[in-house]
Amino acid sequence: MTDLESFRAEVRGFLEESAPESIRGWVNQDGYWGGKNPELPHPDAKRWCDIMAERGWTCPTWPKEYGGGGLDKVQAKVLDQELGRLKLPPPLTGFGLSMIGPTLLQFGTEEQKQEHIPKIIRGEIRWCQGYSEPNAGSDLASLQAQAVIDGDEITLNGQKIWTSYGDKSDWMFVLTRTDNNVKKQQGITFLLIDMEQPGVEVRPIKLISGASPFCETFFDNAKASTGNIINGLNGGWTVAKALLGHERNMIGNVFGGGGPRGERRGPPRNPLAELGREYLGEQDGRIADQVLRDRISQVSVDHQAFLLTMQRNNDNLKAGHRPGPESSIFKIYGTELNQRREELMLSIRGPQSVGWEGPGFEEAETTQTKAWLRSRGNTIEGGTSEVQLNIIAKRVLELPE
Amino acid sequence: MALVLDEEQTMLAQTAGAFMRESSPISRFRALRDSSEERGYSLDVYKQMAELGWTAIPFSEADGGMGMGLAGLVIVTEAMGRGLAPEPLIPSIAMAGQALSLAGSADQKSTWLAPAIEGEKVLALAYAERGQRYDLRDIALGATDKDGGYELSGEKTLVLGGQCADAFVVAARTAGKGGDADGITLLLVPADAAGVSTERQQRADCQNSAILKLEGVKLGADAVIGKAGEGHGVLCDVVDRATVALCGEMLGGMNEAFDRTLDYLKERKQFDTVIGTFQALKHRAARMYIELELARSVVMAAARAIDDGADNAKVLVSIAKAKLSDAYALITNEAVQMHGGIGMTDEHDIGFFMKRARGCEMTFGDAAYHRDRFASLSGY
Repeated sequence: MTDLESFRAEVRGFLEESAPESIRGWVNQDGYWGGKNPELPHPDAKRWCDIMAERGWTCPTWPKEYGGGGLDKVQAKVLDQELGRLKLPPPLTGFGLSMIGPTLLQFGTEEQKQEHIPKIIRGEIRWCQGYSEPNAGSDLASLQAQAVIDGDEITLNGQKIWTSYGDKSDWMFVLTRTDNNVKKQQGITFLLIDMEQPGVEVRPIKLISGASPFCETFFDNAKASTGNIINGLNGGWTVAKALLGHERNMIGNVFGGGGPRGERRGPPRNPLAELGREYLGEQDGRIADQVLRDRISQVSVDHQAFLLTMQRNNDNLKAGHRPGPESSIFKIYGTELNQRREELMLSIRGPQSVGWEGPGFEEAETTQTKAWLRSRGNTIEGGTSEVQLNIIAKRVLELPE
Repeated sequence: MALVLDEEQTMLAQTAGAFMRESSPISRFRALRDSSEERGYSLDVYKQMAELGWTAIPFSEADGGMGMGLAGLVIVTEAMGRGLAPEPLIPSIAMAGQALSLAGSADQKSTWLAPAIEGEKVLALAYAERGQRYDLRDIALGATDKDGGYELSGEKTLVLGGQCADAFVVAARTAGKGGDADGITLLLVPADAAGVSTERQQRADCQNSAILKLEGVKLGADAVIGKAGEGHGVLCDVVDRATVALCGEMLGGMNEAFDRTLDYLKERKQFDTVIGTFQALKHRAARMYIELELARSVVMAAARAIDDGADNAKVLVSIAKAKLSDAYALITNEAVQMHGGIGMTDEHDIGFFMKRARGCEMTFGDAAYHRDRFASLSGY
């Protein structure tokens, strides 16, 4: 038996023995986010996370010394396959795993890693991101939340906005202004702050689509320690940009509809075509409305082209080439595609798409109408499409400023 | 199916790019357009392309080819597309040659395919008829049984590379009526057979096509390629391959038009600054770039799917042609617009690409046709 085969056997044995029976086959898009007061989307969600965290398998490729799994990529893939085989959900999700964890591994001091990484891996602390401000959206570097340092204590004043799950998070990684007299990018400090204190107030934001995970966060003499500055005083912009790269890839993937994890499911399904059949009827085995049928094809063809371009990008990386199209392409195209898909679904549902709630409308209809409204934000959050186009024009096409 | 060039393909791309830049700058295309010479391309350049092995690329080694498939051929057609090279690689190799390769007899292969692969003979596929759009069942030109063979009369149009082909693969109807898939027969017709004549067409994109006139052309039974009455399936497979090869050409053309426009944005000054500093133009240029990237992915995927005999090959061909048709039109429309007044002049080269974009779009099915085919193949 090769090492990999014995590893697979070990993983399989462990999962079969340890994974709660009840959680097999559980599908939940949001997943388990952990935290001090975790929400339990499934009664055994925390138990499942704890079991996996014990072996570091909530973060399989992170170093063992901080509690990670210490697996190489091939082993991590085996673990993923075995999870898929038993229809086991990912044990943990959240911004600790996807954003601040990788950033700390890259930029954190030994002490910072020892302090924060194990808690991320065990799902003990839920993290949120404090970047945007009311006057610093696309122009993020003009942010103004003031951090003043006195000895080893930091005092923070100001406001953040669009803090996803701010009301449910324990700690925030936040960009602060620490120097007003230099080029704006050079006076920014990346800070970790405990949200559980009197100087931090969080208010949820209601969107055009209804309730949302977004919040406003107000800092009124909030306190942090200088030990929680990442990459040094005024060294925050480098960290912020590295982290944004993770975020854009994530958003592009989510909205572009990445493939299903684990085992492949049957033949490709086209939800647009199924919806078309249901609402528009059929004639001679085809969707009856020719105009909407063509719009379905347009979106579907573009979706395939998008997936193939993501595949080409991956294949290029695997072959050891430099990344081809920059991640900005995926962010723009994936989000606009999602918007087109949502708008088309409204058109297909026709009059049934005007409902908000209550009688006369199916839940699927009102949910989709809200999803359409929510999708309008996709080209704004995580860097607007216009900012992405500027980035392509500058970095890829080298057009003059 | 990795969407990445392997070592051999990378080398081919380098050679093809270098050769076409050297031997087929856009000035050559202009000179050919302005000349009264009937051929419409350079026999010398075509022979050199054959010497480089390009005419052998997509064929199996059994047929005397290089076995590099469509994935290899699109690399060459892309290089040709950059200089709008009019040499008949697609007509002879990706169209008629494919028909012989897929369905020809040993005799037909040795008489016609082998010399076509050598670049000694040039073949053409005659299927289009006036009034037909893109449906390959719409073949009306009749072949009647005669003395154990056939007699052909009628006219084909838009025969690519037909102005100086040595032989034609003609799609004719031996049974049924226009619109039927059954009853279509592919016939091999030498250009010097009695009753065969061609007339070169003047096209907006200045590429080469001809009307093929057949007046009582008598053929033996051995002229049939494949089986009589069963030519439709072969024709569909051939046109799918030719479509992918054409998509390669389109990819080259749109990249060239884009590069030229990008250069212009960086040098043209108005209002005391280069116009490439204007955000209104930057954003549009960035969107063109996105379309270029998507276009490359779908062409590579379609070529590999056909080479691998993948189940979804036809779907990918339609995705490719739908995307490339729209992208080439968008990019060349924008290219002319961004060049401003000079882009409207015949003296400037950018307009050639816009004309060619439309010529390509209307060949082998436009975007709407292929989206409809995509829907149909996807079961809706």
